[in-house]
Amino acid sequence: MDVLSLLGQGFAVALQPINLLLVFVGALVGTIIGMLPGVGPINAIAILIPITFALGLPAESSIILFAGIYYGSQYGNSISSILLNVPGTASSVVTTFDGYPMAQQGRAGPALAMSAIASFFGGTLSIFFLIFFAPLLSKLAIKFGPAEYFVLMIFAFTALSSLTEGNTLKALASAVFGLILATVGLEPQGTTVRFTFGQLKLYDGLDFVVLVIGFYAVSEVLNILSETQVGGEVRKLTGRVMISMKELTSSFWVMLRSSISGFLIGVMPGAGATIATFIAYSTEKQIVDRENTFGKGDIRGVAAPEAANNSAAVGAFIPMLSLGVPGSGTTAVILATLLSYGITPGPLLMQNNPKIFWGLAASMYVGNLMLLILNLPFVGLFAKILLVPRWVLMPIVATLSFVGVYSVNNSPFDILLMTGFGLLGLIMRKMGFPLAPVILGLVLGELMEVNLRRALNYSNGDWSTFFQGPIVLVLWAFTLISLILPFVLKQLTQRAKPGKLQGE
Amino acid sequence: MKRLLTVVLLALASSLSFAQFTPRNTECIAPADPGGGWDFTCRVPGAQVMAELGIIPGSMKVTNMTGGGGGVAFANVVTQRADDENLIIAASTATATRLAQNVFAGFTADNVRWLGAVGADYGVIAVSNDSPYQTLNELVDAILAAPADFAFAGGSAIGGWDHLKVLLLMNAAGAEDLSAIRYVAFDGGGAAMIELLGGRAAAFTGDLSEVLAQVGAGEIRVLGVLSPDRIPVLPDTATATEQGYDVIGANWRAFYAPPGISDEAYNFWVDAVRQVAASDEWNTLREQNGLAEFALFGDDFEAFVREQVAAIHTISEDLGLLQ
Repeated sequence: MDVLSLLGQGFAVALQPINLLLVFVGALVGTIIGMLPGVGPINAIAILIPITFALGLPAESSIILFAGIYYGSQYGNSISSILLNVPGTASSVVTTFDGYPMAQQGRAGPALAMSAIASFFGGTLSIFFLIFFAPLLSKLAIKFGPAEYFVLMIFAFTALSSLTEGNTLKALASAVFGLILATVGLEPQGTTVRFTFGQLKLYDGLDFVVLVIGFYAVSEVLNILSETQVGGEVRKLTGRVMISMKELTSSFWVMLRSSISGFLIGVMPGAGATIATFIAYSTEKQIVDRENTFGKGDIRGVAAPEAANNSAAVGAFIPMLSLGVPGSGTTAVILATLLSYGITPGPLLMQNNPKIFWGLAASMYVGNLMLLILNLPFVGLFAKILLVPRWVLMPIVATLSFVGVYSVNNSPFDILLMTGFGLLGLIMRKMGFPLAPVILGLVLGELMEVNLRRALNYSNGDWSTFFQGPIVLVLWAFTLISLILPFVLKQLTQRAKPGKLQGE
Repeated sequence: MKRLLTVVLLALASSLSFAQFTPRNTECIAPADPGGGWDFTCRVPGAQVMAELGIIPGSMKVTNMTGGGGGVAFANVVTQRADDENLIIAASTATATRLAQNVFAGFTADNVRWLGAVGADYGVIAVSNDSPYQTLNELVDAILAAPADFAFAGGSAIGGWDHLKVLLLMNAAGAEDLSAIRYVAFDGGGAAMIELLGGRAAAFTGDLSEVLAQVGAGEIRVLGVLSPDRIPVLPDTATATEQGYDVIGANWRAFYAPPGISDEAYNFWVDAVRQVAASDEWNTLREQNGLAEFALFGDDFEAFVREQVAAIHTISEDLGLLQ
């Protein structure tokens, strides 16, 4: 019960008025930042670092503020994904799959509410894991080497099967295009520069933010421009704003499974929330999608990625706090903040600075609750964004995209790149090529190649390294199940159908 | 010649209008994402300490300009902001390494003005606690006998600073074929450290600041520090030089300025960096972050950077790292 008394002390830190205020401000600012395309929590936190110093905030208060921004922005991202089909980051791309169709059907309210609840569910459950299993999980993270990452990426690639609604060949072509884009830049484990055309800015490869905003936000604006007459129609908001009990209960197991898988993937530094959302979505599509409604406005398709990306965000704190290795860009900034306070995260953090660890854990609880309280009442208000005429909304989205993307690297080149991808995205939409596989291919391609080469570098070129060790074998088993399961389920439902028809 | 003329003219013009340079709306460019070493250099010894000491009016804006291993920021400063007197840019040995390997689109160390260094992170070679090797000599001899059995993990790309330190060490140890020395590149020292803890890498090459937490927890053992003298935080760890390998690897943290600034502005910034390096505020933070003292300023520092770039160029050429 040592953990409970330590957690009690953590709550004593988190519930101090100043820290309560900071977690509130953080969650609010984070939500707003998350709604703006391109502006990520990294920039917001980097701007706030000198201010927290100037205010003389203690280290735990700064971390509490930053953590609030971090998970607030995860939630804010889902708002623009659902309402506008404009994900602010790669990790909320999956939320558009069912969230945007729901908004189009006039069910924006329930979609937003589900997103808030699933985020809360994933966040809260994963904080529980963080508290009780952090030391154990950091050992698991250490066991995860290049070979394990490579096979995890292969498993994640099976998520592609859930993105091939419509035309399988076109989805595959999109994924291959993403893989091709992933090869731009300096070759991993080598010194050759590929496809940069002499542009120094492409040396590190393509920036996810630029690509996601270009492909989604810019091409969405162009798409609407090309379809809508001058003036534009006003979207309707039919039905209730609140989520129903039935929708909630139908999503319970979805949220639970997605939170667990998302958390585990978040713990691995270098895998990240994006992969967690793709895996959670495709897993749930395979398990619960009997009527083939995923992708057409199924509320469970919103619950899965939202629970997954929030628990992955919490999971990313484990390698950061216990090993000193950031699991994401934002945790890297928080790590840097701790360092500038003279606190070295690592195996001794929990002993040497219990206030930091337990204060953070407790304030995450408080922060998640606060996000829920803050956002549920506003669901109706947020949904009203859809009532804004498109001729007002779309220029705003375009402006925010340009400002957001420029702010990442202060680079006009990024703006050109984003516009180019926006045009390309429009052409792909018009020709029926899905965009999500491109993002999947880009995210996975980069990680797959670098880990493949690292693993082979370790094994002196021996490929059997990908079939050794328990973790690798379990991941291969998941991959096989994920490939076979859809066919088995199809057989079962087809066998069940004729009987049902006769019964009618 | 043209540049010299511009400098002279600018110096003349500014000495006519005002004798003293007064900074306004100062800015520091960190040529990488927030969270790394360059970002730290801009935010802590740059923005934080300079404001605390009252060297600059108000606060300093920190801009992250990621790309090309610092090359994007370097090219931007040289071509777009050559005469911005209120701008400084964070740099380190990694900057010098890339300049030496000519990966900054043809720019050289002479394209900017080097201000001074505020500290250095010395290189270390470490093994996990259950490794059989107790000294650098034991490890190096084992590698010389069977290089294929050992892989170093490090946080920089192939040919980068962490890789170079291993090659410099093995070169000093008399390795005949340096291409047989295996190095696996990771994204940053932390990720490479996991490889050591997970038992996949035989040894870790990185900087002192990256290993302190794990040394404190008793998870890893530092076999040698690539510093001229022993480091106060690790008094029992012998330097590589003590163990017979004449290698020093200092990852210095410094600033440079755009090429076209006036001498007044240049002198102002050199003096600013000097004041930071001498301040108690910075020295406390420097030690907390595992950085050693490394003080070189103005002309001395410019000469030092030129020498180092030339030296790394020669080594990289010898090692076949240049295209």
